[in-house]
Amino acid sequence: MQLDSKIPEGPLAEKWEKHKFNVKLVNPANKRKYDVIVVGTGLAGGAAAASLAELGYNVKAFTYHDSPRRAHSIAAQGGINAAKNYQNDGDSVFRLFYDTIKGGDYRAREANVYRLAQVSVNIIDQCVAQGVPFAREYGGLLANRSFGGAQVSRTFYARGQTGQQLLLGAYSALSRQIAYGKVKMYTRSEMLDVVVIDGQARGIVTRNLITGEIETHAAHAVVLATGGYGNVFYLSTNAKYCNVTAAWRAHKKGAYFANPCFTQIHPTCIPVSGDYQSKLTLMSESLRNDGRVWVPKTVEMAERVRQGQIKPQDIPEDDRDYFLERKYPAFGNLVPRDVASRNAKMMCDEGRGVGSTGLAVYLDFSDIIKRTGAEAVSQKYGNLFAMYEKITDEDPYKQPMRIYPAVHYTMGGLWVDYNLQTTVPGLYATGECNFSDHGANRLGASALMQGLADGYFVIPYTIGDYLAQTPPKPVDTNHPAFAESKAYVQARAEQLLSINGSRTPDDFHKALGHIMWEYCGMARTAEGLKKAKGMIQQLRKEFWQDVKVVGSGEEMNQALEKAGRVADFLELGELMVDDAYNRNESCGGHFREEYQTPEGEALRDDENYAYVAAWEYQGDNQPEKLNKEALTFENVKLTQRSYK
Amino acid sequence: MAGSNPNAKPMNLTLKVWRQPNRQAQGKIVEYQVKDISPDMSFLEMLDVLNEDLLHAGQDPVAFDHDCREGICGSCDLFINGRSHGPEKGTTTCQLHMRKFSDGDTITIEPWRANAFPVNKDLSVDRSAFDRIIQAGGYVSVNTGGAPDGNEIPVPKEIADRAFEAATCIGCGACVAACKNASAMLFVSAKVSQLALLPQGQVERKTRVENMVAQMDKEGFGACTNIGSCAAECPVGISLENIAILNREFLAAKAASNNLA
Repeated sequence: MQLDSKIPEGPLAEKWEKHKFNVKLVNPANKRKYDVIVVGTGLAGGAAAASLAELGYNVKAFTYHDSPRRAHSIAAQGGINAAKNYQNDGDSVFRLFYDTIKGGDYRAREANVYRLAQVSVNIIDQCVAQGVPFAREYGGLLANRSFGGAQVSRTFYARGQTGQQLLLGAYSALSRQIAYGKVKMYTRSEMLDVVVIDGQARGIVTRNLITGEIETHAAHAVVLATGGYGNVFYLSTNAKYCNVTAAWRAHKKGAYFANPCFTQIHPTCIPVSGDYQSKLTLMSESLRNDGRVWVPKTVEMAERVRQGQIKPQDIPEDDRDYFLERKYPAFGNLVPRDVASRNAKMMCDEGRGVGSTGLAVYLDFSDIIKRTGAEAVSQKYGNLFAMYEKITDEDPYKQPMRIYPAVHYTMGGLWVDYNLQTTVPGLYATGECNFSDHGANRLGASALMQGLADGYFVIPYTIGDYLAQTPPKPVDTNHPAFAESKAYVQARAEQLLSINGSRTPDDFHKALGHIMWEYCGMARTAEGLKKAKGMIQQLRKEFWQDVKVVGSGEEMNQALEKAGRVADFLELGELMVDDAYNRNESCGGHFREEYQTPEGEALRDDENYAYVAAWEYQGDNQPEKLNKEALTFENVKLTQRSYK
Repeated sequence: MAGSNPNAKPMNLTLKVWRQPNRQAQGKIVEYQVKDISPDMSFLEMLDVLNEDLLHAGQDPVAFDHDCREGICGSCDLFINGRSHGPEKGTTTCQLHMRKFSDGDTITIEPWRANAFPVNKDLSVDRSAFDRIIQAGGYVSVNTGGAPDGNEIPVPKEIADRAFEAATCIGCGACVAACKNASAMLFVSAKVSQLALLPQGQVERKTRVENMVAQMDKEGFGACTNIGSCAAECPVGISLENIAILNREFLAAKAASNNLA
């Protein structure tokens, strides 16, 4: 299939405006004749479900959580970007667009990113009107901060809990529509298949996680807002339930999966403490505004710290290497995430890492505490410092934090066109589960922006264009395609329950995570990826012979849920490795050791790889087919990113 | 097991866990032993160890709610040794670490106990009553797209900060579990206060508090008798002051109701 991104004609700044005029509208009286399914109720899904219901569509919303308020959007700490230029510091829609394209290492679509920057300003207005308690100046106006590699202050925030407050805003809008009866909310329901009839998405199959009942739901269009797949690494900053299942089942039903190897490693996470570790905790990137990153200058000194012979706060200034400030004088500690992460790894690889494992660097607040006092620091970062102390039993006011990179976000995802429609007509993907806006690396405070942009301001327009061309005839779950999907879902659950092997789903998940982190993590090589592919295939085989799940499918069964998700991760993992192997360049979060500049920076190959890799499913255990969408840049000049 | 503190000694513990197959079934406390628990583990990681052991032994793992494990999603909800989220102040279950316990301890783990929170299975409860209270009025009625510029609604910093404090409620239900009346007043008051404080919430101020309180009563939560255990056990420090605000808002609304029916 020829990929058509459906980018509107015309100058960049006019594309969205023109497109909004050109899309077909559904008559207000007809909207109530259309049913839309929204899967996932985080920022993208919650915003989409509420906004579509406000327009008059009948929405069915699904979440595997007990409440829409629990989606992992809630954990975003730092903030949300918007090109408001309230600070008069030179920000603009074009600058936010430019920063995002450049930050993404020129692997995102210009038109999508520009639209994102345009609607960013509306998001703030919307959230303020909902009563989201953003940080304020004493004059009562909205406060901003500079964040994650930006040279302007465009980040809006609510202390260290911005994601929580934005999600509660979307949740409140959604709750209002539930009360009106315009949204029917299905909690503790996990989507396990997309139903496609005559090439169009017409419904989903879900499992009720309390009763185990397999249900079918029909609609005229399906919107996925099911988040990212970072948990393929087992350890990540994602919540425990985050998984790829919904997106993966859509992929197997014909939706292409784009750039799966583009994963983001976040530089500031609390390091792993033991084998039992179940997840990693992020320390907000905003800490890099005031914290200074360093390691001991010499391997000997680092060894003494690791042995506990000297405390970090007692290491003299001259024996410290503030490596980000040294290597990148212009951006210092605020270089983009991939650059900061890779440098931390380099320091540890050199033997200068700290902590008992040697897999950590310091993030030091002593300077800012000296300059402004502990009270002022607590005002800004109190909750983060408290969280750090709870987990590590160390007081960051007295000794530097230990941090290490961890998987945090996935830029890859379901391929979508400008309308956020996947390659399956009627099936849309929004938020982190699509691939569209962040290229090979996402900037800090841009995930919240994209989720809400898609949900509040893009999908309500673009889905109308599709529905206006779809007859409002009700879709019937008695169609054989529903029975077929349901049978597939049931058979799979029965298979998982019948194996009765010796290893738990978590055990397989951890094994997969080790492979992914080792060979498809922060640095990748062709040789390592080849090896990983074989290992994953072998592990997947073992899984289907030896996984152990007890109980039945007709009850709440968390091991069964987990097994199904791990099974999908075992397939996705191989595709990620294929994608990383195919991309013979380094860009953003994808770092192939063979392709680097003499200074160790990512070396892109724009001539051969300025494309989106969109993978097409070809059947179980068959190699996937690569489709390419060429990326053209008319408004920015491709340069080697430099943060020196 | 290696931890960040090389001197920490692993612990052996006795767990007394509430097991209940489903909502209708009778539940009971079942005793388990867990061994070699690192003090650096979180409480939920300790339960992961138990569940892996159970699964290996072909037994049904203990169902419990959890997700972010960062103390923000509000999913985790364990009643540990008779206290919501266990012994550490201002801490969700997922952020409670085993260093707060000692080798040889017996730990009792129960679900939230309240009529309005029926048990799904084992330690997992149904808190959808909270959602229905929010649906009754915990929002500002503003459609997407109709908002004025953000800075056209200035909010004094002191007010914004207080609204934020109230808005940090994670909806975990610890307040209900801690209350001898199983009252949801702290939860409801946090949302009512947030929106009553902010200019955006003024238009629906009276109907909101009336409708949310009515829904709270309908869900079967108990009355508030000003004991304050809710605020004492709240993992995110929602202040008891909010309940005072709620009472005031409720009286004022009733005195000059916009509910014309």
